[in-house]
Amino acid sequence: MKIGIPKEIYPDERRVAATPASVEKLIKLGYEVVIESGAGDAADYHDDVYREAGAAMAEDTTSLWRESDIILKVRAPTEHPDTHKHEADMIREGALLGSYIWPAQNPELLQKLADRKVTTFAIDALPRISRAQKMDALSAMANIAGYRAVIEAASQFGRFFTGQVTAAGKVPPAKVMVIGAGVAGLAAIGTANSMGAVVRAFDTRLEVKEQVESIGAEFLELDFGDEEGSGGGGYAKQMSDEFIKAEMALFAEQAKEVDIIITTALIPGKPAPKLITEDMVKSMKPGSVIVDLASERGGNCELTEPGRIVEKHGVRLIGYTDLPSRMAKVASDLYATNLVHMMTELTPEKDGQPVVNMEDAVIRGLTVVRDNDITWPPPEPEKPATSAPPPGTEEPSPAKPAAPAPSPARKAAGKIALLAVTVLALYGVGAYAPESFLSHFTVFVLACFIGWQVIWNVTPSLHTPLMSVTNAISGIIVIGALLHLAEAEHAAVGILSFIAVLIAMINVSGGFRVTHRMLKMFHK
Amino acid sequence: MSTGLISVAYVVASVLFILSLGGLAHQESARRGNWYGVAGILIAIAATVAGFDPGSLTAIIIAMVLGAAIGLPIANKVEMTQMPQLVALLHSFVGLAAVLVGFSSYIDPLVVMVGVEHTIKLVEVFLGIFIGAVTFTGSLVACGKLDGRIDSKALTLPGRHWMNLAAVILCVLLGAAFLGTGSMAMGIIFLIVMTLIAAVLGVHLIMAIGGADMPVVVSMLNSYSGWAAAAIGFMLGNDLLIVTGALVGSSGAILSYIMCRAMNRSFISVILGGFGQTSSSSSSSSGDETVQEIAADELAEELRNADSVIIVPGYGMAVAQAQNGISDLTKLLRDRGVNVRFGIHPVAGRLPGHMNVLLAEAHVPYDIVLEMDEINDDFPETDVVLVIGANDTVNPAAAEDPTSPIAGMPVLEVWKARQVVILKRGMATGYSGVENPLFFRDNSYMLFGDAKESVDKLLGAIR
Repeated sequence: MKIGIPKEIYPDERRVAATPASVEKLIKLGYEVVIESGAGDAADYHDDVYREAGAAMAEDTTSLWRESDIILKVRAPTEHPDTHKHEADMIREGALLGSYIWPAQNPELLQKLADRKVTTFAIDALPRISRAQKMDALSAMANIAGYRAVIEAASQFGRFFTGQVTAAGKVPPAKVMVIGAGVAGLAAIGTANSMGAVVRAFDTRLEVKEQVESIGAEFLELDFGDEEGSGGGGYAKQMSDEFIKAEMALFAEQAKEVDIIITTALIPGKPAPKLITEDMVKSMKPGSVIVDLASERGGNCELTEPGRIVEKHGVRLIGYTDLPSRMAKVASDLYATNLVHMMTELTPEKDGQPVVNMEDAVIRGLTVVRDNDITWPPPEPEKPATSAPPPGTEEPSPAKPAAPAPSPARKAAGKIALLAVTVLALYGVGAYAPESFLSHFTVFVLACFIGWQVIWNVTPSLHTPLMSVTNAISGIIVIGALLHLAEAEHAAVGILSFIAVLIAMINVSGGFRVTHRMLKMFHK
Repeated sequence: MSTGLISVAYVVASVLFILSLGGLAHQESARRGNWYGVAGILIAIAATVAGFDPGSLTAIIIAMVLGAAIGLPIANKVEMTQMPQLVALLHSFVGLAAVLVGFSSYIDPLVVMVGVEHTIKLVEVFLGIFIGAVTFTGSLVACGKLDGRIDSKALTLPGRHWMNLAAVILCVLLGAAFLGTGSMAMGIIFLIVMTLIAAVLGVHLIMAIGGADMPVVVSMLNSYSGWAAAAIGFMLGNDLLIVTGALVGSSGAILSYIMCRAMNRSFISVILGGFGQTSSSSSSSSGDETVQEIAADELAEELRNADSVIIVPGYGMAVAQAQNGISDLTKLLRDRGVNVRFGIHPVAGRLPGHMNVLLAEAHVPYDIVLEMDEINDDFPETDVVLVIGANDTVNPAAAEDPTSPIAGMPVLEVWKARQVVILKRGMATGYSGVENPLFFRDNSYMLFGDAKESVDKLLGAIR
């Protein structure tokens, strides 16, 4: 089958859906790859490197769309400025398409694709499970956006990020507040922190506190009951009114203090929450910077304008919506790799024949149009583990499969039986055993308990010396042998106990000696 | 010497033994602990011997000097890689001594008892010899397997559980007959037959257990040797033996428990043996997945540029004798400012704590050698993980694939690191026989070849 990579037509979109490295991998999967001439130019991948990687070059846009069995691209299909046709109409009927689709926002597009029987994989509809992480383009792009947001802020900000004491005077460090500690937020925190800024972060999901702190930021907490902001799939959910009030008070207070605010707050399927009001912007120091990563979805700040930098009340508001595209090379690398992984999942036999297996949770989630049918939204995904980290930063810990354990009832029955046997045995010992035995028995049981307590304290790295030293002291059996040897009346007993003394002494001397040798080797 | 003084000496010895084991809680106090043990045993022997009639001393001194003369040189020249064999061998000595003392005690009782006490004593003799015999032959087999003299594969005879059960029942019947008989000659015959059956049982039990389950086996035998000593203590009415036996017995039991937990398997299933033979490849995703290879000089480059490296050694490191090279590598990287640490799985190697001893011998500082629980959270922040001769203990299937035979076994989560490099001879499965999906991960690279040679190449490339 032939995979076609068109040039992106969305204004200022510099990314491309395939790189020379990904082309090689797609070819290994059994596909032919055709690239529209100039598709990678903006990402610094020129036609010749694609050719070297084994791709063919398409004559023109129309032929590429017409001849490809599978189209991989970045932005969702839209009206083509040259041919004045919608990309969804240029694609061949019955072909496959993989790109961003945003199915919730684009119902007409879905319908259009379904009418043309284009089986469509929306990379943004990927289910957030650990197996799918290698295809998670949203996280990959969010990571870049978070990094770039700090870079953009730094270039608009008139001071150093890091505090310095120079001969010309002391410079305080920049104070950065990051709102929303998802992938983009965490990337922003990490970048700002590594540039030397003092970073604070806020998120409605308390579970991310540890991660925020682990990359060096202070986690701002609300003094507010138990409300927790985790929705499904590691995303945030909408909060109650009182919570939002408390949150806004916190932001208002922080706005007076910090130099840079980076907002990344998004709630799936809803417009971005307005978190930074005009009054807060006014209260900020002149020369401060706000980067609004949510500006494409309405913005977290009331004053940001999507796609531009504006200056209001002495504060620069950055509303770029194309931050990943501003780092087109790395963004293309990562996105292309995501797509290769998607194609690998779709091509289990590596024979260049995609198989849309709707039983597979990942493929099911990705597929938003199957032939004539719109298959979005997919059935409810499984609930994430309670401690699900924010998407993409870490593998969500898969629920530990329980070892094949007997049912609780059987276990309890077993315990009761064991207890009963112990009680009976103790009763038997107490009732029938003679006095002398009982005193030894007491010593024995107590010694077992002491042993139990002492051994648990032994550090695991000394388990081998533990074994050899217990070996040596179990040579104490030599005492028994000695007693017999000293009082031997039969020759047989004499011989037996002589041997016993001898080998027990091997144990004693050898065991202690080798333990000593081992312990001597351990050093800091 | 009066009985009172002897008793006091025994109490002192018992306390010293407890302190000795307690000393192993920390590296700093461990050596002192060993000396406590030595002091304890010397006091116990001295107190015992002081009570004897001087005429019997000649034989005693000869036996003791001879024993020490054999034991010390063995201990002095044993290689650290051979520790498991040595430990197993020493266990077998305790078992044999218990058998011998048991027989002596039956033939020539030190204290004559009557009635119930006599019966109890006979039971103790019988039990002591039984445990001793199983420990003796079982340890010998374990020693042979660890030494490679016996095939370390599990020997699975058909109906082996029934055979073991039959042996135990036969011993119980012999025990009943032994208690019933009045004649010493008959009694000795019963004892000898039982000893033989127990010896065969010991061999068969351990033959059925495969190589990587050896940590459990060795610690179990450690436990048995303790119980044998305790049984002899009961027989002789000697509290020191009882205390020591109980200490050693519980020590071995705890070690076995820790090992079993580290494999997420029940003690019973390990002891019944036969693991890793039935399940071949169960992974559904196997087939023609490809692995990525990395060359030694590329890896050297990665290591040079890394901030944080974790080395995960396994039994393969001991087999290839690569620990000294790894120690040099560690030193080299640490001198360059790379944070190198070691992650040790509880069942790595053939003996609890085996890897720690090997690394200590190779002069790796013990404070960078960490346990699984200490280091598992650090993998996501690690640049390069080197897996050297470990397989099942780093298998992601244990954590992710509920159908895997090793599902639920705690493993070192190496796959969370940025890059994992596996030093391995070929693509063979580990002890459990389970396919390791780690090798096919996107961030996994294989460096094929003998671990020692690979490490030497790495050393050359980094220098």
